[in-house]
Amino acid sequence: MASNHLTGIGSESKQLATWYFTFAAILFGAQLLFGLVAAIQYVMPGFLFEVLDFSVARMLHINALVVWMVFAMFGAVYWLLPDETGIETVGIKIGKLLYWIFVAAIAVVVLVYLFIQVGPADETSIWFIHEGREYIEAPRWADFGIVVVALGFVGNLFLTGIKGKQTGIVTVLMADMIAFAGLYLAGMFFTDNITVDQYWWWWVIHLWVEATWEVYVGSIAAYGLITMIGAHRKTVEMWLWIEVAMLFGSGILGLGHHYFWIGTPEYWWEIGALFSALEPLPLVAMFIHVLYDWGKTQGAEMNAEHTDEDNVRSVIKNKPAFTWFVLNAFGNFLGAGIWGFFHTLPQVNLYTHGTQFTSAHGHLAFFGAYATILVGMMYIAIQGTNGIKVMKHTKSSIWAVSMITGGVVGMTVALTIAGYVQVLVSRAQMGATWAGYFDGQSGMWFAQAMDWRLIMGAVTFIGFLLLVKDFLSTGKNPVHER
Amino acid sequence: MANKSVWSDNRFWQRSAAWVTGFASVLLIWLTFDTSAQISMGNDADLQNGVTKRVPGPTVINYKITYEMSQKRGHEVPIIGGNDGKGMSLFQEKETFFGRDDWSEEEAAELLHLGKLGTQAKNCMNCHTLLGNGAYYAPDLTKAWLDPAWGPNGSMQAMTGKDTKEEAMAEFLQHPSQYPTHERMMPNLGITAEEAKGIVAFLKHMSSIDTNGFPRNFAKIQGAVHGK
Repeated sequence: MASNHLTGIGSESKQLATWYFTFAAILFGAQLLFGLVAAIQYVMPGFLFEVLDFSVARMLHINALVVWMVFAMFGAVYWLLPDETGIETVGIKIGKLLYWIFVAAIAVVVLVYLFIQVGPADETSIWFIHEGREYIEAPRWADFGIVVVALGFVGNLFLTGIKGKQTGIVTVLMADMIAFAGLYLAGMFFTDNITVDQYWWWWVIHLWVEATWEVYVGSIAAYGLITMIGAHRKTVEMWLWIEVAMLFGSGILGLGHHYFWIGTPEYWWEIGALFSALEPLPLVAMFIHVLYDWGKTQGAEMNAEHTDEDNVRSVIKNKPAFTWFVLNAFGNFLGAGIWGFFHTLPQVNLYTHGTQFTSAHGHLAFFGAYATILVGMMYIAIQGTNGIKVMKHTKSSIWAVSMITGGVVGMTVALTIAGYVQVLVSRAQMGATWAGYFDGQSGMWFAQAMDWRLIMGAVTFIGFLLLVKDFLSTGKNPVHER
Repeated sequence: MANKSVWSDNRFWQRSAAWVTGFASVLLIWLTFDTSAQISMGNDADLQNGVTKRVPGPTVINYKITYEMSQKRGHEVPIIGGNDGKGMSLFQEKETFFGRDDWSEEEAAELLHLGKLGTQAKNCMNCHTLLGNGAYYAPDLTKAWLDPAWGPNGSMQAMTGKDTKEEAMAEFLQHPSQYPTHERMMPNLGITAEEAKGIVAFLKHMSSIDTNGFPRNFAKIQGAVHGK
């Protein structure tokens, strides 16, 4: 094992991974497009009114986000499995079949979202149009499809992990992915009780993005450090286990910070505050882990070469991917850790809950914690499928990463300012009424923030176009060492 | 490697991860049982017998609901059917809802069911927030029922030309783009008269849920507190 990580040629698992990555990239583009529509509507409310309303654009924006990430996550697992286990993935034919079922189901769901949009207040709407529950709007029929596809994926992962070499990374992924798939079931029922509804809804959303997805990122970071800079497996996997302990130790009960105001008992204030306040700690650990390992392996390289510092080769075998991985270390800590901690204590959250503050956190956290590392994995796949030994940056890869990161950070700053206005004016000053809401929204500072959000969203989108250009062209670029 | 420290031993950290995860999961499941019991929906008998539930039964729509400071808890709580003076509900004062204050348990439950389905089918949550969760393009609906704008002398009620809060809300829901209040408008979602009734019942019910004082100071600023 470990020697074939640079080449995807001949591995069906890696081929399937590239399919997953391709569709993920397309959905990433859709996410940004519908995000732009929603951002324009904040600035020009008449834009596409009663054609593609904010609710529809926003639903597509966040659903495309979740689904492209799930696709890229599945893809990354199919990519690394042959390297880690030393064998071809078991059940790859079924994996490929499920991929096409998944893609077809998503195409149908998106078309229904776009052209039917809303239905009457009965069960058929929930079954066939959408469930109207943020992030997991997919209609009930698609829920069952997702369960089947996820079971197939987890089955392939388990059969391969059991048959092949079971590394620490594979063990963590096996445990994590079964929890990830299982948690989806918590979001699949209807109830008239909105408090019960939101209680279980958070089991899916929170225990995904603040627990199982973070552990997934830890595993992918571990794999990336081994393949890209040749970090020592034992060190990397020890860190991974420490991260799992810290992430699940804080993240599982950190769920309590969503139970402050939805009708659930007061004890969630203390539990949610304590454990969610600990959530940034593992993110600091992950950050240190990536940079420390990089410094350590580079330092060892320098000692081995016995030359002066300027002439030492970089240990990084894939520059663009590693850039995205390092961004992940920063972005996860900043977006999920710092921006999350800002408003996680109930004393603060009483005023910030349900404002643009949450939106600011959401943008930087999803980008920093997940988008970055998944884009990094796409670069690793491009390196592998093109048989590249050392992959270098290109002009477009640098412009892409700079513009996307700059754009998302810009949007986050703008939304944070909008959040402050909303918290102070609509909430603290005006007492959260209809009139108070619109007083806050029509304020100059809020409006300016929304203008900047749109501009920065456009910057992000241009960056994405450059990223796609780089994805399509960099594989054949003669600049890389083969 | 002879005297290897436990702190650099992968097995030690692997076991720690398993124990920590297991412990946190067990605690969460235990708390879920406790919370589930506390957030289960009450019934008409609870309301009749003066039992305060975090999520009251659907027939709460027969009662007058306000949102007032509880000295004991240090924040506002929903008050159902009158205040005993210390921030506890009396469950006495009724209020008509679409002309009736005797909705039976079955009728009220049916209305709430229709309303909850309606809020999901119409995708309310991707513009508004419910219990503070959702999108931020439109006002929070947690206590919308108690918003002075919909009450007597409120701007929204006046605009629709209706005599009661519930009729005004139902009228707006059916024809939102006929009543533009701001440049940012609610689109027409094809909500029928019956669906609108259900959604308003859902909103009235939601305003009676004990949200631990969220939102703070609701409607306490800028004019009168509705219901006083």
